[in-house]
Amino acid sequence: MKTDRMNWFQWSSPQAFYPLAGKLIPWFACVSMVCLAAGLYMGFLVAPTDFQQGDSYRIIFVHVPAAWMSMFLYVVMAGWAAVGLGLKARPSFMMAQAIAPTGALFTFLALFTGAFWGKPTWGAWWVWDARLTSELILLFQYAGVMLLHASIDDLRRADRASAVLALVGVVNVPIIYFSVRWWNTLHQGASISVTAAPKMAATMLAAMGIMALGFWMYSAAVTLLRVRCIILERERHASWVQIERVS
Amino acid sequence: MMQGGLAGAVFGLIQRDLLLTWRRRADIATTLLFFVIVATLFPLGVGPEPAVLRTIAPGVLWIAALLSCFLSLGRLFATDYQDGTLEQMLLTPHPLAALVLGKIAAHWLVSGLPVVVLSPLIGLQFGLSGGAIAILTFSLLLGTPTLSLVGSIGAALTLGIRGGNLLSALLVLPLFIPVLIFGAGAVASSESGMGAEGHLSLLGACVVLAIPFAPWATAAALRIAVE
Amino acid sequence: MQWNSLNEFLAMGGYGVYVWPSFGVTALCMIWEVLILRRRHAAARTALNQSVASAGVAL
Repeated sequence: MKTDRMNWFQWSSPQAFYPLAGKLIPWFACVSMVCLAAGLYMGFLVAPTDFQQGDSYRIIFVHVPAAWMSMFLYVVMAGWAAVGLGLKARPSFMMAQAIAPTGALFTFLALFTGAFWGKPTWGAWWVWDARLTSELILLFQYAGVMLLHASIDDLRRADRASAVLALVGVVNVPIIYFSVRWWNTLHQGASISVTAAPKMAATMLAAMGIMALGFWMYSAAVTLLRVRCIILERERHASWVQIERVS
Repeated sequence: MMQGGLAGAVFGLIQRDLLLTWRRRADIATTLLFFVIVATLFPLGVGPEPAVLRTIAPGVLWIAALLSCFLSLGRLFATDYQDGTLEQMLLTPHPLAALVLGKIAAHWLVSGLPVVVLSPLIGLQFGLSGGAIAILTFSLLLGTPTLSLVGSIGAALTLGIRGGNLLSALLVLPLFIPVLIFGAGAVASSESGMGAEGHLSLLGACVVLAIPFAPWATAAALRIAVE
Repeated sequence: MQWNSLNEFLAMGGYGVYVWPSFGVTALCMIWEVLILRRRHAAARTALNQSVASAGVAL
């Protein structure tokens, strides 16, 4: 029960996962680059100027996909954390650990580009809106998961403790979103409507979707790259790493 | 029979924790003094304008309560962890979550409840009306148990880590936000004529949600920490 | 396509100050992340291969 871990599934060992991740990375990277190039082309050259917001709206082509990825990656991270806790599978914890920095990066980018969109649109870099506040809290939670992992020397404990924290955070984010929204309507009515442009042209939506797909594939590639680093760093002393001369 | 045994164990644990804290009364005094001093610093920093003080009072009292809750959270499991009591707790046949709930109850009785009792005094200092003080005190009474419950998760996760206390604050503060919003909002909402019922019932919902969920997560975190 | 000149494109209807930093910082962060990770991977690999080479006799 304590240290004897049976490898029930062939893929659930770092040894099998390392080359698999290596094979997948180029595919994800290629799809990502094609999508990002197509999305930028659509977003800057095909999509028309918005008649209300002018060209400042083009920021949403990075802002919205980044915000989506920040939330999606948190859920995926918590999912791997849950699988790790349930099956006691080390690669799941490694995946959770590998996703966190990319998720935090997209959260930061969503906040940053949001500020640059908010300034010309609302006249303020920051407002205490439910979405912005929840996004900021999400950043804190990513930071918490990473900090907790980094502060515990025993890797086994670090994995499992940060997995529990990630799962607790999944419950927290929706609660914060609704409580801030409620708090906000109480304080200033519906004076600020953050809802994006009421009706978006089909090309705008298409550009946003393609960019989001590009970000998603980028996240997959980067996460797999990071998980390969983590495997090598952790399994330094395992015999398979030493014998096979990893590529 | 088993049920009685469990209740006996939980109450025994509460009694033991209360006795231990009573032997170290200075700790409670520190927490309370901290609460009072933090609340006192705000008027000195913001200025003595009565209207401003009345507006910020609920938020200030809530944040002071939140911080003083943290001050005592570090002790929640630390001594039991050091002297091996925690491992004994894990070995008992009783569900760990129930025992954890007992410890949290003891923590609230010595750190949350005194803050609730003191808060009307601080409210007077800030020039709050009688009605506002009543609502504020009630919101603290309803909300501080959630702080102890949720805070215990952070305390368990960071058990025995260097700098664990500060880290635990970073981990748990985001989880406190809903409680802060509903608690501090209750007074403002009743002042504006909308009534505090909405806020107070949401605070109640937070406790009801936290009572089964938080001890369970804390128990999981404790198992991870001790193993 | 609505842009008549490169300057018009760069001006973004007067919003260039907001649009370009958003895209620029996003691109920089993503490229930086990839570079950092590739370096980290290379470092982990060389460290391993060195330790294998030095422990080769023991194996």
